[in-house]
Amino acid sequence: MLIWIALLGLILFSAASYAAGRRKVLSAAGHRPSLLHSLPGYYGAYLALWAAAPAALVLLLVSLMGAQVEELILRGDPPAAVSSLPASTQDVFYNDVVATVNDGQVSQTVYDGALGDAFNAKLVQAKDIHRNLTAAALSLAFVLALAGAAAAWPRLSADFAARPRVERWVAALFLACAVVAVLTTVGIVASLVWESWRFFQVVPLFEFLFGMTWDPQIAIRADQVASSGAFGAVPLFMGTFLIMMIAMTVAAPVGLFAAIYLSEYAGATTRAVVKPLLEILAGIPTVVYGFFAALTVGPLFRGFFNSLGAPLLGGPFDALGLYLMQVQNQMALVAGAVMGIMLIPFVSSLSDDIINAVPQSLRDGSLAMGATRSETITRVIMPAALPGVMGALLLAVSRAIGETMIVTMAAGLQARATINPLDTVTTVTVQIVTLLTGDQEFDSPKTLSAFGLGLTLFLITLMLNIVALRIVQRYREQYD
Amino acid sequence: MTAQRDDTLAAGAVTAPRSSATGKVSASDVSVFYGEKQALFDVSLDMPDRMVTALIGPSGCGKSTFLRCINRMNDTIPGARVNGRIIIDGEDVNDRQVDPVLLRARVGMVFQKPNPFPKSIFENVAYGPRIHGFATSKSELADIVESSLKRAGLWKEVSDRLLAPGTSLSGGQQQRLVIARAIAVSPEVILMDEPCSALDPIATAKIEELIDDLRSQYCIVIVTHSMAQAARVSQRTAFFHMGAVVEAGATDEIFTNPRDTRTQDYITGRFG
Repeated sequence: MLIWIALLGLILFSAASYAAGRRKVLSAAGHRPSLLHSLPGYYGAYLALWAAAPAALVLLLVSLMGAQVEELILRGDPPAAVSSLPASTQDVFYNDVVATVNDGQVSQTVYDGALGDAFNAKLVQAKDIHRNLTAAALSLAFVLALAGAAAAWPRLSADFAARPRVERWVAALFLACAVVAVLTTVGIVASLVWESWRFFQVVPLFEFLFGMTWDPQIAIRADQVASSGAFGAVPLFMGTFLIMMIAMTVAAPVGLFAAIYLSEYAGATTRAVVKPLLEILAGIPTVVYGFFAALTVGPLFRGFFNSLGAPLLGGPFDALGLYLMQVQNQMALVAGAVMGIMLIPFVSSLSDDIINAVPQSLRDGSLAMGATRSETITRVIMPAALPGVMGALLLAVSRAIGETMIVTMAAGLQARATINPLDTVTTVTVQIVTLLTGDQEFDSPKTLSAFGLGLTLFLITLMLNIVALRIVQRYREQYD
Repeated sequence: MTAQRDDTLAAGAVTAPRSSATGKVSASDVSVFYGEKQALFDVSLDMPDRMVTALIGPSGCGKSTFLRCINRMNDTIPGARVNGRIIIDGEDVNDRQVDPVLLRARVGMVFQKPNPFPKSIFENVAYGPRIHGFATSKSELADIVESSLKRAGLWKEVSDRLLAPGTSLSGGQQQRLVIARAIAVSPEVILMDEPCSALDPIATAKIEELIDDLRSQYCIVIVTHSMAQAARVSQRTAFFHMGAVVEAGATDEIFTNPRDTRTQDYITGRFG
């Protein structure tokens, strides 16, 4: 809390520095800004940056890492009552102490007896540490702010090159933001790789990639009766592939033809109406598509197939009839079809861009030869746009593989290796969701398998994206 | 369709007089509007067969717009409207009965920038014959491609790499490829919209030579910014200014003895 007040004070101080710095150089130049090396604002900004940046960094570090530092110091001399506890309970203990001091979330553990005494003792110590740490941080920030301003103040003169220095600060700020984004990605990939590695220590890679049975239910506690678990991911890969194929069967032709219509046939008014409508389709959250699939399309398809099956019963195709009668709401076809609809605007808007990038001169050239519009499209424009369209389709494939919500709601949960679109199947993403929702223990192979699946998914979509972007890029260069 | 076209070609050759009185292509009172804006004002011009007619004039004077009226390429521009009559062999191209697709097979066009299709050299030239069904066999198609490339003066340079992409040729070669593509459908009229403006002087000289050769078989209309080029390749010249034809006539006369002062000013380089 105190830190935030200090931050506010720092902002006010740097604002004042800005005004003061500006005023100083202006009066030094006799109020003729043309005599200054840089615009007056740059001098103010230079002073303000030196006043604020180092102090702000200290305050930021303390507010981010303060609790960890406090816990580290607290653990310095553990009381006997605490050190006899198992490691995980110790973690909870220290966590509770620090959280009590910092107004954080406290576990529901009740500490009494010797442990209660230890808790209270540590609480006193923690408060002490917290107070000292905050005070140290605040005074350090205060000193840094003053020192920064004081160090920068004498440099402010009319011929001081303030602008390039401020520019360097701005560049550093942007660099820091870029680094945060990159580091986050690296962190995610690293955690994925690390947890997957732990998983592959329990389950051999070969079994995971080529095993035909997926049954991750294993005993969490020793006294539970459960199967030993099977982690063959082939049924998941096949389910994912099946649904992706169905989705692309819907999305590729419809999206592509819609794009051709929009870019080659539609007039300006039609385009102005249809394009935003397609973009609205792209803005629908996938969970909405999910329950559209589960509650509307699923029953519709089931009713259709059941009614197909009914007349076959008792006839020569009795078995087929029986099968069709038993088709459920959840099937690969429903999830795939709805996912295909979701991908239509994605495919069409990318393809539209690519088709529009085909130079008008080729269209004119073909039309001037006496070709009709459709001849021009099939013989000149599509061949020219094909590489880019392939790239767009690959990007759509990678989205279809990574899509989660629709399949979770409409594809079912049964892991089976099938290519029958009427079967319920499950996909890699659905399994990750089911593995990681609810109470989990984070060192059982069951939970860790989610990371194995995630890593596989990540590698596949990464490759698809690289290939697709490469294709699209090469195509773009051709006409620039 | 092919036979029919040959008939009209032959008939045109007989009836079309070589004098300037009535042209192979004859425009009368042609006005063009782009939306509200009028780009061409009552242009009347005769373009005789077996001659090169050059359209000259400063940028934005409506030369290209007029050229695009002849094969109805203005149809492809939204909001463009054409009034007036353009007669090719006694038939008004703006008549409702006329299919612009068939018209464009009779009136070939070459553009400012070479625009070979992203196909092989062979396929570029074979494009027109294919879509119009001119060739009944592969060897016939190959013959059309070869003769077109020969007439465009490109055969010697590409005969050993007909399957290479059309875009792999140099700019001047590409422009000759595009001309070969246009003459592969045996058009009667060839329109050229500044065909040399993107080319170097040597390639330009080759194209001009080619235009001179082609003159013996076609009615050629060329838009050009180069006064020297108009003087070199054309027999007739029309000077456009502000969307209207200021002066038209034999090239020699226009260049040596212009009647209008604006023509004189433009030709001598005082404006434009």
